[in-house]
Amino acid sequence: MNFKIVVKRLLFFVLVVWAASTIVFFIPRLSSRNAIRERFGELARTGGFSPGDIEKMIASMQQQFGLDKPMLEQYWQYLGNISRLDFGYSLSKYPSTATEVIAQALPWTIGLLLVTTVVSFVLGTLLGAVAAWPKAPGWLRSLATPFILLTGVPPVIMGILLLFFIGFRLKWLPLGGAYSAGIVPTWSWSFFLDLMQHQILPALALIFGSVGGWVLSMRGMGITIQGEDYVNFAEHKGLTGGRIFRDYYLRNALLPQVTGLALALGTVITSAVIVEGIFGLPGIGTALNLAIRANDFPVIYGIVIFITIAIAALMTILEFVYPLLDPRIRAN
Amino acid sequence: MMMDTKAAGAQAGSRNATAAYDAASAKSVLQVKGLEVTYYTDLGRAKALDDVSFTLGAGEKLGMVGESGSGKSTMALAMMRMIKPPGRIEGGSVIVDGTDLMALDDDTMRRARLDKIAYIPQGAMNSLNPVTRIGAQMVDAIKSHMPREGRSAIMDRCMHALRSVDLDSGVFRMYAHELSGGMKQRVCIAIGILLEPKVIIADEPTSALDVVTQRQVMETIDRVQDQINAAVILIGHDMGLMAQFVDKVAVMYAGRLVEVASVREMFTDPKHPYSQALISSLPNLDNKGVFQGIPGLAPSLLRLPSGCAFHPRCPHAEELQRTVRPESVTLAGGRTVTCHLYAEEGQRHV
Amino acid sequence: MANITMVSPVNQPSNVVLFFRYLRRNKGLALGVIILVALFLFTVIGLMVVNPKHAYPLSAGLKQAPSLKYPFGTDFFGRDLLAAMVVGMWQTAFIGLLAGGIGTLVGVVLGFTSAYFGGWVDSTVRTICQILTPIPVLLIQVVVAGSLDKRDVTIFTMALIVAMLAWMGPTLVIRAQVMTMKERQFVAVAKLSGVSDMGIIFREILPNLLPFIAAAFVGQVFSAVFASFYLAVLGLGPLREPLLGNIIWAAQSQGAFFNGWWWWPLEPAFAMILILGALALVNMGLDELANPRVRRSE
Repeated sequence: MNFKIVVKRLLFFVLVVWAASTIVFFIPRLSSRNAIRERFGELARTGGFSPGDIEKMIASMQQQFGLDKPMLEQYWQYLGNISRLDFGYSLSKYPSTATEVIAQALPWTIGLLLVTTVVSFVLGTLLGAVAAWPKAPGWLRSLATPFILLTGVPPVIMGILLLFFIGFRLKWLPLGGAYSAGIVPTWSWSFFLDLMQHQILPALALIFGSVGGWVLSMRGMGITIQGEDYVNFAEHKGLTGGRIFRDYYLRNALLPQVTGLALALGTVITSAVIVEGIFGLPGIGTALNLAIRANDFPVIYGIVIFITIAIAALMTILEFVYPLLDPRIRAN
Repeated sequence: MMMDTKAAGAQAGSRNATAAYDAASAKSVLQVKGLEVTYYTDLGRAKALDDVSFTLGAGEKLGMVGESGSGKSTMALAMMRMIKPPGRIEGGSVIVDGTDLMALDDDTMRRARLDKIAYIPQGAMNSLNPVTRIGAQMVDAIKSHMPREGRSAIMDRCMHALRSVDLDSGVFRMYAHELSGGMKQRVCIAIGILLEPKVIIADEPTSALDVVTQRQVMETIDRVQDQINAAVILIGHDMGLMAQFVDKVAVMYAGRLVEVASVREMFTDPKHPYSQALISSLPNLDNKGVFQGIPGLAPSLLRLPSGCAFHPRCPHAEELQRTVRPESVTLAGGRTVTCHLYAEEGQRHV
Repeated sequence: MANITMVSPVNQPSNVVLFFRYLRRNKGLALGVIILVALFLFTVIGLMVVNPKHAYPLSAGLKQAPSLKYPFGTDFFGRDLLAAMVVGMWQTAFIGLLAGGIGTLVGVVLGFTSAYFGGWVDSTVRTICQILTPIPVLLIQVVVAGSLDKRDVTIFTMALIVAMLAWMGPTLVIRAQVMTMKERQFVAVAKLSGVSDMGIIFREILPNLLPFIAAAFVGQVFSAVFASFYLAVLGLGPLREPLLGNIIWAAQSQGAFFNGWWWWPLEPAFAMILILGALALVNMGLDELANPRVRRSE
C-alpha cells in the first residue's frame, strides 16, 4: 500500500470527525430557542447547585461554546476542544467533565461490544455460508433459519423478550443493573460471577439481535459466489467439498462481509448503547440515557462525537486490513 | 517469438489427423452411450440431452458444434457428472478407460475428475480463484487426488504443466488478476493436464480471446494432447477454428447428435440437412458478399417439434419427418447421421 | 430461401399466475404481505372500534393486567394499552411512510441531478454522502431531538427528524442506477433526436427506475420505523404520545419487570417485531424478485 492511499484514508477520517463535530456545533444553534440557556435557568430555579457552581458551569459553557464571541471564533475554539477530546463540564455530574463521564462508562461498553460483535459476526457468517451451500447436510443448513426469522427483531426488543422469558418468568438471570443490589464491588470471584450473570442477557440480546443480519448478507453473497466460474472449476478439479467451501467459496464471500462490518459499525454500536440503556448497565448507553433525561448537553454531544470518532477510526483500520484479504485491492 | 514453431506444430497436427482417426477407432478410450439429461423448470420439462452416443480414441480430437442451447455444454457437464438441479442425468453411460463414470459413487467420481477426465472451462476469465495464488490452485488440485504426494513431486508436476503450456514458472506465485486472458486460459489448461487425464473436455476455450491468442491457445491444447495422448473434446461454434484443429466433428441439434464425421467428410460432404446448412453458411471467397443463414429459429427445448426436431427448418421435411423420430444410422466409413433420408443407405446403428 | 415459421411457441402462463406460483415458493414474501395486511386491518378496525382518547394517561384504571375489560391491560399512567397499540401503530405507520417518502423523494431528486448532470454537482453530492455515511444517523438524530424543547417534539417533527438523514442511501442507489442507464442506447437515441433533458429524465429514465425506487422506498420505511423507535426508546420521542418506543421507554423507566407489570413493555415489543419483521420479509422478497440470481427455482 502506498503512501498516498494512507494519507487519503487518514484525511477521510479527519473529514468524518470534522463533519460530525460541525453538525453537533450548528444544530443546537439552528433551533429557535437556546436550550442550553433554558437549562441553566431551570437549574438555577430548581436549586441544588450553589450559585458559584452555576457561574462556573456557565463560564465553562461559554468557554466551550463561547456563546459571547462571534460564531466563527466560537467554532474554531470548539474544534480545538474537540481535537483534545474536551467536551466541557457535565451539567448533571458537575464537577466531572463530559470526558470523565464517558471514560468511566467506556470499559463496560467496550467489553460488551467486543464480545458480542465478534461472536455474532463469526457465528452469522459461518451459518450464512453453510445455509447457502447446497452440499451441506440439511440439518446444518436449517440451523440458520431461526436466526433469519429473528432478523426482524432488533437487539432492543430481543432484550425485552429475554428479560421477560428468562429474567421474569424463569427467574434464571437478573432483570438489570451491573451487579446485584447489596453486593459490594470487590476483587472477588463471587463478585465477578455476579457481574457476569448481569452481562449474559444484554450480550444474548445483542448477539441474537444481530446474528440474523450477518446470516442473511452472507447467505446472499454465498448464493452469488457459488455460481462463480471458479467455484465450478474447483469442483471440476475434483477437490473435496470441504476445500472448495473453505478456499474458494468462504474466502471470497467473506470479502463483502468485511466491508459490511465496516458499514454496520454505526448500527452495531448504537444498538449496543441502547441495549445497555434498557438493561441499566453502567456503560455509555446508560450515561446517554441519564444525560438525555437531565438535558446534560455536553455529555450528549460528547458521546455522539466520541462514538463517531470511534466508528471512523475502526472503519479506517478495516480499510487497512481489507487489502490483506484481497490481493486485487493490494495491486491498485 | 514462438509463432514459427507453433505454426509448424499445428500443420503437423492436422496432417496427422486422418491417420490418428483411423488408428483410434479400433481402440476407444471414451464411450458415451445413450446419455440423457432433463431440466425440470417452472415452464415444464426440457430435454437438454437426448440419447447422445459416440466414441473417441486416445489422441483423437472431436469438435462439438451446434447453436447456443443445442446441448453442447450440457453434454460436457453431464460427462463430468456436474449437472446441477433442476437438471438431472436420466440415463446413459460414460465409459472412460473401461470405467463407467455414471456408476461410480460420489467420492470415486470426485477422484475421477481431473484424474481420468478433465474439464477446461468456458469462462476462463473468471475460472481462477481471485484471492489465492495460481500455485495454490494447482497444488490443491494435485493434493486432493494424491494426498500422499511429497512436496517436491507436487512442485515438479506443477512446473512441468506450466512449461507444457508455455508459461513462465513465475506464474506459480502470481494472482489471476496479474495475468492476461490468454495466460489465464493456459493456466486452466495446465491445471487440466496436471494428472494427465485420458479425456479432456475444453468448453469453448477460446471465446472472449482475440484471434492471435485463440490460435496460441488452440496450439497449446494440440501440443499438450500430443504429450499425454488424451482424447480431446473441443466445444465451440467457430467452424473455421475447428476445421484446423480437430479430427472429427460432431453436430448437435436440440439435444441430439445429428451427425458425427471426420473433419474432411464433414466439410466436403455433410449428410444431415442441418450440417449442410451449417457448412454452406460459412463464408468463403466464392460466394463473397452473399450471406447465407439457416432459416427459422432453434426450437425451444421445452416443446420440441414432433418427429425429427429439425423438420420445421428442413427443406426435405415430409410426413415421415414430421411424425417419426429418426434413429442414428452408420454410413460407410463409420460416420453416423441421425436423419430419415439415410435410413435405407446405412445399416441400423445399435 | 423461404422463411419457415417457428414451431408452435411454448405456452407461457400469464404474469399473474407466475407471480402467485412465485409467491408460493417465496413463502417469506407471502408471509410478509399477510402480516402487513393483518396489521393494517388491526389498526383500521381498531381506530373505528376503540376510543383513541383511551390511549392517553388517566383514561383507565392503573396497572391492570390483561382482562376481559382491558384485553391488553393498562399501564402505570392509566392508559388502555389496546387503544395505545392501535394509536401507536397508526403513528408508527405515519412516521414510517412520511419519513420514508421524504427520504426517498430527496434521494431520487439528488441522485438524478447528481448522476445526470455529473461534473462538480456529482462530485459534491457524492463526497457529502461518503462523509456522512460513517456518522451514525441515530446519534445525529439524538442531537437534533435532544436540542429541541421537549414540548416541540410531535409525531410530525419526529418524522422530519428521521427524514433529515434518510436520503443518503436512496441517493447513492438511484445515482448508481441512473449512471448505468445514462450509458444505455435508448437514452443516447433520445438525446440525438433532440429530446430535452427533462424529457429524457421523465419519459426515458424514470419509468425504468421505478422498481429500484419502490425497493428503496420499502427499505426507507423500514429504517424510518426503526430510527423513530430507537429515538423513542431513548426518551427522545413525543413523550405524551403512545408511540411504541415511548411505551417501552416509559415501562423501563418505571421498572415494569421489577414490579411485575410484564405486559406493559412486552406488547409494544411484539407489535414492533410484527412490523419490522413484515417489512424485512417484504424487502427481502422484493430483492429476490428483482435479482434473478438469488431467485429460487424448482
